[in-house]
Amino acid sequence: MAKAKKPRLGKWTRRGLITAGVVTGGALVVGVAIRPGHRAPRFRDVVADPDEALLNLWVKIGPDNRTTAIVPHAEMGQGVHSALAQMLADELDADWNLVDVQEAPAHEEYANHNLAKGFLFGDAEIPRALVGTVDGVVLKLTQAMDLQVTGGSLSVRATGLHGMRVAGAAAREMLAKAAAAAWEVPRRELVLRDSHVLHESSGRKATYAEFAAAAAQFTPSTKPRLKDSKAFSLIGTSVKRQDVPAKVDGTAAFGIDALLPDLKTATVRSCPVFGGRVAAVDDNAALKLPGVERVVNLGDAVAVVADGYWHAHRGLAALAIEWSTNGREAIDQASVFDQFDGVLAQAEVDDAGDVEVDQGDCEAALIAASKRTEAEYRVPYLAHAAMEPMNCTAWLHDNVCEVWTGTQNPLGARAAAADAIGYEPDSVIVHNAYLGGAFGRRSVHDYVVQAVRVAQATKAPTKLIWSREEDIAQDRYRPAVTSRFRAGLGEDGHPIVWTNLYVDKHEPAEAPRIPYAIDNQRIASMPSPTHVPFGVWRAVDHSQHAFFTESFIDELAVLADSDPYQFRRDLLAHKPRHRNVLDAAANAAEWGNELGPGHGQGIALHESFGSIVAEVVDVRVDAGNVRVERVVCAIDPGYAVNPDGLTAQMESGIVYGLTAALYGEISLGQGRVKQSNFHDYPMLRIDEMPEVETVIVDSGGPLGGAGEPGTPPLAPALANAIHDAVGVRIRELPISKHDLRV
Amino acid sequence: MTEVTINGVARQLAADPDMPLLWAIREELGLTGTKFGCGIAQCGACTVHLDGVAVRSCTTPLRAAAGRSVTTIEGLQAGEGFHPVQQAWIDEQVPQCGYCQSGQIMSAAALLARNPAPDDDDIDAAMRGNICRCGTYARIRRAIKRAAAGEQSDG
Repeated sequence: MAKAKKPRLGKWTRRGLITAGVVTGGALVVGVAIRPGHRAPRFRDVVADPDEALLNLWVKIGPDNRTTAIVPHAEMGQGVHSALAQMLADELDADWNLVDVQEAPAHEEYANHNLAKGFLFGDAEIPRALVGTVDGVVLKLTQAMDLQVTGGSLSVRATGLHGMRVAGAAAREMLAKAAAAAWEVPRRELVLRDSHVLHESSGRKATYAEFAAAAAQFTPSTKPRLKDSKAFSLIGTSVKRQDVPAKVDGTAAFGIDALLPDLKTATVRSCPVFGGRVAAVDDNAALKLPGVERVVNLGDAVAVVADGYWHAHRGLAALAIEWSTNGREAIDQASVFDQFDGVLAQAEVDDAGDVEVDQGDCEAALIAASKRTEAEYRVPYLAHAAMEPMNCTAWLHDNVCEVWTGTQNPLGARAAAADAIGYEPDSVIVHNAYLGGAFGRRSVHDYVVQAVRVAQATKAPTKLIWSREEDIAQDRYRPAVTSRFRAGLGEDGHPIVWTNLYVDKHEPAEAPRIPYAIDNQRIASMPSPTHVPFGVWRAVDHSQHAFFTESFIDELAVLADSDPYQFRRDLLAHKPRHRNVLDAAANAAEWGNELGPGHGQGIALHESFGSIVAEVVDVRVDAGNVRVERVVCAIDPGYAVNPDGLTAQMESGIVYGLTAALYGEISLGQGRVKQSNFHDYPMLRIDEMPEVETVIVDSGGPLGGAGEPGTPPLAPALANAIHDAVGVRIRELPISKHDLRV
Repeated sequence: MTEVTINGVARQLAADPDMPLLWAIREELGLTGTKFGCGIAQCGACTVHLDGVAVRSCTTPLRAAAGRSVTTIEGLQAGEGFHPVQQAWIDEQVPQCGYCQSGQIMSAAALLARNPAPDDDDIDAAMRGNICRCGTYARIRRAIKRAAAGEQSDG
């Protein structure tokens, strides 16, 4: 990377969140400071060419009047790059056709932890689950320099709302001031539109770029006025995503597409029993195969380096590896659930548990209830199975380590790589590519650590590619959970008590909470660790708990002989947003219409990541075969930045949830994962795709997330629909395990 | 040497004839639009055309392409502008992460080449070998119908 001249920075204010200055070329720099008092942007050399103006942390305007939004989030399919640019461009009144999107480099200036967490994001926190994905010693380091994480459905909510919009508005104000001064006209007579300033009575018109230098002379407002939602011109419209053309002609570059001169290719097998080590490797046969160059023992894994993937793959198959598994090879799926049952039974005896909700007197209410019921639910482990297998290319040269990969957390990847090879983080350069799916998987950097260690051994550019089998066997899994409930109805048929005890709590802690007005509640968890590595999986704990709670509330509706929609509705008088979403879904789905034999309809409601979602599933069960015919989804995300993008995320979340509900199961045998590829870990395919209809409920409330909230309600809505159709209550996923012939 | 016509150009490939066509395309020819997904013909990310027919290149040995014509996503466009299937993909805003979409588009283009007016069952049969983890199936179906109808782009 060519080193530019040291940028000549003008007056950077220390007192506000928003800073302004001049860089080479005399253009305006406006930034939303991530840390108050933060000064010179060291990243300037990384993102701007010497003759380019860097407009701010989030924006630069080139001499051609193009605005580039520099976004600190990875594009993994959720459309975040376009949505964030849309928020910036709207406040800036930029011409959408002159707006480009660029992912910020892995540099601490772009970390969004404080931005999201601190003064700008009120009392909300980055989900601790995401922080927790950063491994051990790296954690402290990464916390020190903050996180640059894409996850928790936070991008648009935090960076967009508080970074992009503020930056756009601040820049717009200064440009207007500069134009007014230059033309000696009152600001109110100016119109800013499509990246131009217009003065209608004198007929003058000029580009933003022309006022950039002059604008830099003004101190930015510490609180620029954001547009009223009625004035939005881009926010709330379905502008087309900017990454789509490159994703239809094969030019979009994913991590696996990194090309370097003299590139070697490696593939790897980790100990299939989690936590195991390499006891011995016989690599004689492998090293005799064509193209195989080297075998690298990583301690807990063995990599084969070759002149291409196929040769590496064949080499790996030819290795004889003896593993040391410390007795964990005795663990199977039944023993894991037995362990959970034992922990829960003991906790019930001891009245133990990590209490999330404790209100009223549950035991007294259970005695007083006119009807009581209890149930145990469970879900299996799940893998992410992103379409792009894990991969990372690394090259150690000239005292730096360059890394090409797809990660949800480039700073975390940088720290993990540095730690693995004993480098300073500043000596690791992460080039983040498009992510071929992530869903939480690419927030953990085991594949990056392996790649840099292999590249350290090869002393050459080396691309590590996992097989699909390795991807399924070495994921960080959505945890298996067992969850027990007890509840009772009062004489009027309304529930008066709800208790829930489960293993094993991760994040977010509020996932098992219910929105319903039930006076006596106790929700508690027990730890029950296993040797299976935990991973954040789309919606994290919400996806399991919504299945449990929204199925069990359905059981209570049945117990009360009530309509499941009305039953929920009656318990939501204090939650008008929830009730509106529930109504919207029920109305759009024509809830309550007469259904044919074998047909059923189920409803579920769940709030996660700031958005409230209700889904109604129409199902047909024919000779035991489940056919999901339609899913109606209503979401209140506060407001929709890009309605079509939000709709696409709902469709995506629903398919992800449907795949898991119908088929998703990772199970253990001999301490290892039994499944290996798409033939035994099946995915929903196009011929099973239901009709999906999304209704957006624009409440004007706080902006909620989009990437995850569509997933949690799907499984319970489907299970409830199956109960409606054939009278079978699904208390364990996946549904494919159940015999539904009646 | 294996002679294969790739995107209209005759190429001599020195790779082992047993090498899967996928890796010859990606690593020998540097055409990275064709993706690796599963290695066992279960996901369709590696779909290319062999003499106009959609095949899974991850389980097709290079030798099977000898003397034949292979089209990859990079070769789908004929002349200026996008192929009608690609344009329909843009118009319907199909891709999310985008990783599977080369394979989806190659399967769809092969379908439309032999059946210009597919019904839903035809689409299911031609496309059920292509997995999309982002769940873009509904948009894929709409885009195929749009391309089949020869609808003009709206954007």
